[in-house]
Amino acid sequence: MSARDEILGRVRSALRDAPAAPQPDRTYRRTSTMSEDARIELLVDRLVDYKAKVQVVGPDQVADRIADLLAGTGDCVVPAGFTAAWLPADNPETGPRIKTDGPESPLALAELDGADAVLTASAAAVAQTGTIILDGSPGQGRRAISLVPDRHICVVEAAGITELLPEALARLDGTRPITMISGPSATSDIELERVEGVHGPRNLEVVIVRSRRA
Amino acid sequence: MSQTFLGMPSLPVFGEGNIHASEPFPAAARRELGNAQLRANLGHATHTIRDKRLKVVAELPDWEQLREAGSTIKQNVMARLPELLEQFEENFTARGGTIHWARDAAEANAIVAGLVRDQGADEVVKIKSMATQEIGLNEYLEEQGIAAFETDLAELIVQLDHDKPSHILVPAIHKNRTEVRDIFLREMPEVDPALTDEPAKLADAARTHLRRKFLTAKVAVSGANFALADSGTLAVVESEGNGRMCLTLPETLITVMGIEKLLPTWQDLEVFMQLLPRSSTGERMNPYTSLWTGVTPGDGPANVHLVLLDNGRSAALADEMGRSALHCIRCSACMNVCPVYERTGGHAYGSTYPGPIGAILSPLLTGIESEENSSLPYASSLCGACYDACPVKINIPDILVHLRGEDVDSKRGKRKLPTQMDAAMQAASWALSSGKRLGLAEKALPLGRLVAGPDRKITRLPGIAAGWTQSRDIPAPPSESFRAWWRKEHGKGPEHQGPDHGTGQDQGTGQDQEKGKP
Amino acid sequence: MRIALFATCIVDAMYPNAARATVSILERLGHDVIFPAGQACCGQMHVNSGYLKEAVPVVANHVRAFEEEEYDAVVAPSGSCVASVRHQHPMLARRCGDADLEARAAAVGARTYELSQLLVDVLGITDAGTQLGSWFPHRVTYHPSCHGMRLLRLGDRQQQLLGTVRGIDLAPLAEADQCCGFGGTFSMKNADVSSAMLADKTANIEATGASLCTGGDASCLMHIGGGLSRQGSPVGTLHFAEILASTEQDPAPVTGAVRLSSGRGSH
Repeated sequence: MSARDEILGRVRSALRDAPAAPQPDRTYRRTSTMSEDARIELLVDRLVDYKAKVQVVGPDQVADRIADLLAGTGDCVVPAGFTAAWLPADNPETGPRIKTDGPESPLALAELDGADAVLTASAAAVAQTGTIILDGSPGQGRRAISLVPDRHICVVEAAGITELLPEALARLDGTRPITMISGPSATSDIELERVEGVHGPRNLEVVIVRSRRA
Repeated sequence: MSQTFLGMPSLPVFGEGNIHASEPFPAAARRELGNAQLRANLGHATHTIRDKRLKVVAELPDWEQLREAGSTIKQNVMARLPELLEQFEENFTARGGTIHWARDAAEANAIVAGLVRDQGADEVVKIKSMATQEIGLNEYLEEQGIAAFETDLAELIVQLDHDKPSHILVPAIHKNRTEVRDIFLREMPEVDPALTDEPAKLADAARTHLRRKFLTAKVAVSGANFALADSGTLAVVESEGNGRMCLTLPETLITVMGIEKLLPTWQDLEVFMQLLPRSSTGERMNPYTSLWTGVTPGDGPANVHLVLLDNGRSAALADEMGRSALHCIRCSACMNVCPVYERTGGHAYGSTYPGPIGAILSPLLTGIESEENSSLPYASSLCGACYDACPVKINIPDILVHLRGEDVDSKRGKRKLPTQMDAAMQAASWALSSGKRLGLAEKALPLGRLVAGPDRKITRLPGIAAGWTQSRDIPAPPSESFRAWWRKEHGKGPEHQGPDHGTGQDQGTGQDQEKGKP
Repeated sequence: MRIALFATCIVDAMYPNAARATVSILERLGHDVIFPAGQACCGQMHVNSGYLKEAVPVVANHVRAFEEEEYDAVVAPSGSCVASVRHQHPMLARRCGDADLEARAAAVGARTYELSQLLVDVLGITDAGTQLGSWFPHRVTYHPSCHGMRLLRLGDRQQQLLGTVRGIDLAPLAEADQCCGFGGTFSMKNADVSSAMLADKTANIEATGASLCTGGDASCLMHIGGGLSRQGSPVGTLHFAEILASTEQDPAPVTGAVRLSSGRGSH
């Protein structure tokens, strides 16, 4: 008998009293009526609390703001599919030097390690918890690129911000490789004193983009 | 030979590994209580996390609804475990993952070692995993010539110091910053000799030490917090980023996970990703959570394995009153509010799983008669703080009492002579199951007053009751019991039973008579 | 109302004044109090120690004793005993497969109240000073026992009533919700941890400057009082029923740790 069969047999045998399998009452909060402005404000509050740098811009200011953030930076990794209109110009002399990472042409680990920054979009964000969610789609890239460089600049569009976690998760395809980010990495393992930046990017900078008003 | 194919239910098969108390809890506790540094650290740690948890839980108006949903979902999982396991296996495998089944710790260890050797590797990087601690994976791999490098800061500290973790969430809580600095200076080859004991500098030393490992590792070993049956997705919840490193960069990922960690659907994650961070670290959300479903070409490991571990879980499941212990999501909230754990720390429990949950889970996994696990259910005053804190509402006090019953029953008839406790309990049962007999026993109260002497207190009790008078006096018993007084005042006795007496004729005088007493 | 008193074994034997005070309060409010003489003990000691078989006759006797009388409600000056009656009795009967006992135990439990529950929820007492004549001009601190707090969800009923006693100076207790370390046989089987918990509780009590610690469970008070006495502390313990029963005409005396906790009129 295989281990599989034996384990399943033991489990079935353990349940011979046929216990009930109740369905949960989903009476916890699953929807929200919070306005976009309020969601943005709440998200900003949480990100600041986590010591991430954050700014809020209008839809036509994104490119300029990113260019400001990356001025003078060296290598910046950008995933294939990142919105072209937001991309700063590649500047080999004064930086940033744009290094595109795509499925056909992935960057080597050493290049990621040597990069000064990575710039990505995001799939969703949760205001209540200050969480930004990446799901590996074009413009967000494979997981390694937003992990290895020390500085992660992340664009979050207002339409992708929900107040509550259930709302955000409902929008995602759970089978994609997903990373939920809630501030820079931290540990409280030494005497419970919180220290930011262990592994993972020590600098998280978020650019929130307001929706276009009619 | 299993009896299952004969259609007969098989007996529970218990687990093995680091899930035992090897000395009775009272003896271990006595020793740990004497460690002032540990008590100070633990007291500070548990009280701090306690307050953080209360604060973030108070923020949510729907916290109780979340707990209720969490409890129900886990009940559903246990009741449907076989079908959910099969569903998960199908979905995970369809997406390129490989599932292995391990009946016990030894089998799990052998599977992992085999998978590592298949890659021609002789070292692995590890993310903190209680399941791998339970089965003693690191020690086994070392015997097989495979080095396992812990990458969580606290696990790293504990590993470098050749010690054992004392708390499931903050394993190095028993070490203060100076001790950590000393450990790093001693064990990290490339460390700066002028390293200070500032936590930020210590974390930086750990970052440098581990980064080389992350960027060159070929094989990673992890646990998993959740497994979603309807999609085949695994989830790891972490803070430091070492999880993301191990789950993403190496070519081969081997995950070891207990069979009880399933959730039925993606939607259920919305409940647990709210319950877990707030309960464990007292944060609205932990810094990083990674979710992966089998293999995603070009993103993460090309070889993805999951070892599903029984190791006594099916035995725990067979215990109808104890099976809800398997609902545990390893948040450690119970430990942080437990007055016993706060004072003794995790080592006193012996097992990988300490504190309130450990006191029930360890004996459920191993059987109550295994080593000294029978002492664990008594390591509690039944105060109930753990039940209030548990995000999935495991009724730990009720299960503790149930296991105490199992312990007493397992010992019945096995001893020629009853113990002092057996004799005392039998005598008490006789006296306390009849008003008449209790009244008779109370006639001996004046003797107690004699023993108490002029200062009206008893300072030494014999036998098993000596533990009481170790730090407490007992008052002199009163001159008469309540029922004796009542009988005197109201003229009723235990022999006059029936609904007719007690018309209240004496009740008005009761209080007046009291006034005249000296 | 006709109210049956469940004295509880420890009060019956060691702290009879807590039961006498309970009777006094209820009679003051004009109710008939009866004492079903068949009663003995709720059985929690046996249940909590794992001696479930030995607990059955104790539980069966309790149910029987409270079926033999007619009454509107049962009251007990003990949160842990009421919690045991309500929660453990049906569970024990179920575990033994005795559906009849389970139903009967549930019926008795449904009409069983802890004293503050009865006073507040059923009898509508909100101000002990005016409604009960309660008078107790001392500095007192209050310890909420675990079972009452967590199993019965008594909330601040006891504390609230105490706060309305005329003349009382109710000093808040630090870390009040922390267990005193009694836990029945835990205090003997794990005496070291129990003593450590007790030490912190008594330190917090002494820091309040109160001359007395009160509460709703005589077992906790015996534990706490015993510890205070061993430390030579002048702080005593007193069941809150005795404080509520205390009036200007007939005040409850304050005479020190262990001596007092065994009740007035006993020395």
